[in-house]
Amino acid sequence: MYRMTTHTRAGAVTAISAPIFIVAALALPAVASRGVVQDLFFILTMLTLAQIWNLLAGYGGLVSVGQQAFVGIGAYAMFAGVILLGWNPVLAIPLGGLAALVLAVPTAFFAFRLQGAYFAIGTWVIAEVTRLLVAQWKALGGGTGTSLPREATSSILGTDAIRTLFGLREAAARDVLAYWLALALVVAVTGGIYWLLRSRLGLALAAVRDNVDAAQSVGVDTGRLRWAVFLIAAAATGLTGALVFLQTARISPGAAFAVTDWTANVIFIVVIGGIGTIEGPILGVLVFFALRSALADYGSWYLMTLGLIAVVVMLFAPKGLWGLIASRNGLHLFPARRRLTGPKIEGGI
Amino acid sequence: MLETHGLTANYGQFRALFGVDITVAAGECVAIIGANGAGKSTLMRSITGVLGNEPGMVLHRGEPIGALSSAEIMKRGIAMVPEGRRLFPSLTVEENLLVGGQARKVPGPWSLDTVYDLFPILRERRKSPGTALSGGQQQMVAIGRALMSNPELLLCDEISLGLAPVIIRDIYAALPRIREGGAAIVLVEQDIGKALAVADRVYCMMEGRVTLVAKAAEVAREQIHSAYFGVAA
Amino acid sequence: MIWLDILVQGILLGGLYALFAAGLSLVFGIMRLVNLAHGDLIILAAYLVLMGVTLLGLSPWIAALVAVPVMFALGWLLQAAVLNRVLGKDILPPLLVTFGLSVALQNGLLEVFSADSRRIPVGALEGASLDLGLVTVGIMPLMTFASAIVMIIGLNGLFYHTALGRAFRATSDDAVTAGLMGIEPKRIFAIATGIAMVVVTLAALYLGMRANFDPSIGPARLIYAFEAVIIGGLGSLWGTLAGGIIIGVAQTFGAALNPEWQILAGHIAFLAVMLLKPRGLFPRAVD
Repeated sequence: MYRMTTHTRAGAVTAISAPIFIVAALALPAVASRGVVQDLFFILTMLTLAQIWNLLAGYGGLVSVGQQAFVGIGAYAMFAGVILLGWNPVLAIPLGGLAALVLAVPTAFFAFRLQGAYFAIGTWVIAEVTRLLVAQWKALGGGTGTSLPREATSSILGTDAIRTLFGLREAAARDVLAYWLALALVVAVTGGIYWLLRSRLGLALAAVRDNVDAAQSVGVDTGRLRWAVFLIAAAATGLTGALVFLQTARISPGAAFAVTDWTANVIFIVVIGGIGTIEGPILGVLVFFALRSALADYGSWYLMTLGLIAVVVMLFAPKGLWGLIASRNGLHLFPARRRLTGPKIEGGI
Repeated sequence: MLETHGLTANYGQFRALFGVDITVAAGECVAIIGANGAGKSTLMRSITGVLGNEPGMVLHRGEPIGALSSAEIMKRGIAMVPEGRRLFPSLTVEENLLVGGQARKVPGPWSLDTVYDLFPILRERRKSPGTALSGGQQQMVAIGRALMSNPELLLCDEISLGLAPVIIRDIYAALPRIREGGAAIVLVEQDIGKALAVADRVYCMMEGRVTLVAKAAEVAREQIHSAYFGVAA
Repeated sequence: MIWLDILVQGILLGGLYALFAAGLSLVFGIMRLVNLAHGDLIILAAYLVLMGVTLLGLSPWIAALVAVPVMFALGWLLQAAVLNRVLGKDILPPLLVTFGLSVALQNGLLEVFSADSRRIPVGALEGASLDLGLVTVGIMPLMTFASAIVMIIGLNGLFYHTALGRAFRATSDDAVTAGLMGIEPKRIFAIATGIAMVVVTLAALYLGMRANFDPSIGPARLIYAFEAVIIGGLGSLWGTLAGGIIIGVAQTFGAALNPEWQILAGHIAFLAVMLLKPRGLFPRAVD
């Protein structure tokens, strides 16, 4: 008579509308200008990073401020594949994910030794070490960085087809390709996280987040779970990094390992949108982009404002904007919570 | 001096106290007995401000203290010997005692010297870390720590819990001397015999309610039995 | 003798890192709070001292003395108005709040003071040195190190021999029971953060007198401070000094081999200690 379910009406609406959204987004470059495509690329990659960080901190309790390590190493691995191995840039993107995965092993090994809050700075140290080591890599330009060679950017897999399809110039076609890849990545990451949360692993994650000791006592292997989440997140972050720098075609240690761009902004997106929900980062990235556009002319005031907004949100609405919306009308577009359904229990709790 | 009026307390959704009325007069010794989970410790936590409660539910010298913090309530002269003793592990015995008196400095019978006279073993162990002591000695430190503020009301939460009978006897032997110093005492106990031997009055609690109020000297075994367990003996 | 010289320079540099670290360690020890804005607060204090010197014409020492109460009040306010509201079992809110503050502070400083490198002028002291026979040491590094030692002795004295220190330790052990003893934990936390900011001012004074600084270098100071605290083992200020010295020596040796390796060598020393002694060199028995 009673049944455990994650089904909600809004969830059903999402299931129907998401494919429509995706198809529309795929077709968008046919009508949108290059500037819009670039903006959307930026939004999608930031959303990907935000979803990943949310998985780490919001669901896994792993507050990393060193995600720039994986963005940077992923981007540099892609550049290495192109420049040193002569691979096609698109095919070199998975190399970015792989490199980030490999880096995540020693990172987790060190950072997991640090308790609670010190874990955060531990990941930051590893990111700094990686940046300093990469800056010694003279073949990829050392501290000043390098660009993708002309012959590599002009022959990226798929750009020719896009050029003929939309009648675009080469650089614009490259942006469309990057946009499509970013779209694929954000769908895969968001869908993957959603699936993860609804799986047994998600149940275990929720248990660990609520109470590590209790979860352990009912047989959740918390150590392995943390490792799994951290490695998955690192690989996905590395892929995103490779993709971002495929689009810019220019890299330097300062840009690829920037704590502001790849971690601070990402944290602010998640915090403002709502930590611990899939909807939060989506809402957060839109707010972030709007603020960024509105305050673009005000230099560092912009980042200062963003930081203060994040502080205010943590103080007065710790579940973020989405938390405010969800608490008001119980909306769950990506329902992952298990609820008991059946006849109403008299009296209740 | 202290009274509660219809005191309620909740842990989240779960209600632990349902309208508890008790009074403690100056210099009086009141025992609160009841089985595990009857709400005795919750009552102590509500009075001392660890659990919040609504204004007007707890009065001290006629003034509502429900909105005050634990520290403010303590400074009014209500000292607590918490359940489980809760000594500060990184403080020595002497520092534990000093910490009890440093926030409220009023003249009174209790000082480091008089506490050491009350429990002489503590004088020998004064440089040890509080947690290096035996359970009984730790209980003495916890009582001494509360006395250091020269309270007018001493709340003792389960001071005999987990201790050997011979140790309990020593600790209870100190209570008359504490009363001589002028403090009223509230004893929360599961050990009915011990509590009745020293108390003037007794409250019995069950499932978050007071089920019996009586003079300790006059109460009958059967009355306590039914109030304690909820069934007639 | 060049290696001995490098060793001595490294040890003295460790004094500066211990100054960076002591405030972080103090706050973590009392309220288990990691303040990610710690490095940026050091830079803020450095600008405060600099303003005292350039705008008011004070000597750096007097300017620091003036900055001390300002920074204490700032720390007190920060704790009372902001951080006390997010302290709790969940470590996420305080981390995110201090991270937001860090970014806000860094960019606010950038807007007010620009990205130009600045330095607190100290006149003749700057290049002065002392010939100790085997090695020659700068007066300024020597003073930094001596200040670190005096500061540690002072903080330990406060911690272990005053009523306030007792209240700090009691609150750190068990805030609820401390409340039952008449100690207001939130007030204790505010005082602790205020004192941490006093130490931060001292650190900022030496940071600003010894080298150039600009608004962007805060996070790196936070990382050095953190490394010194972890190497030393949580809860021991002398351990923190030892941790600072290890980072300092690793950095000077790294720099001697190749100037580009200075910072890297410090981090690698930290990782090596983490590998061999995950709880630090001088862990406290009770955690």
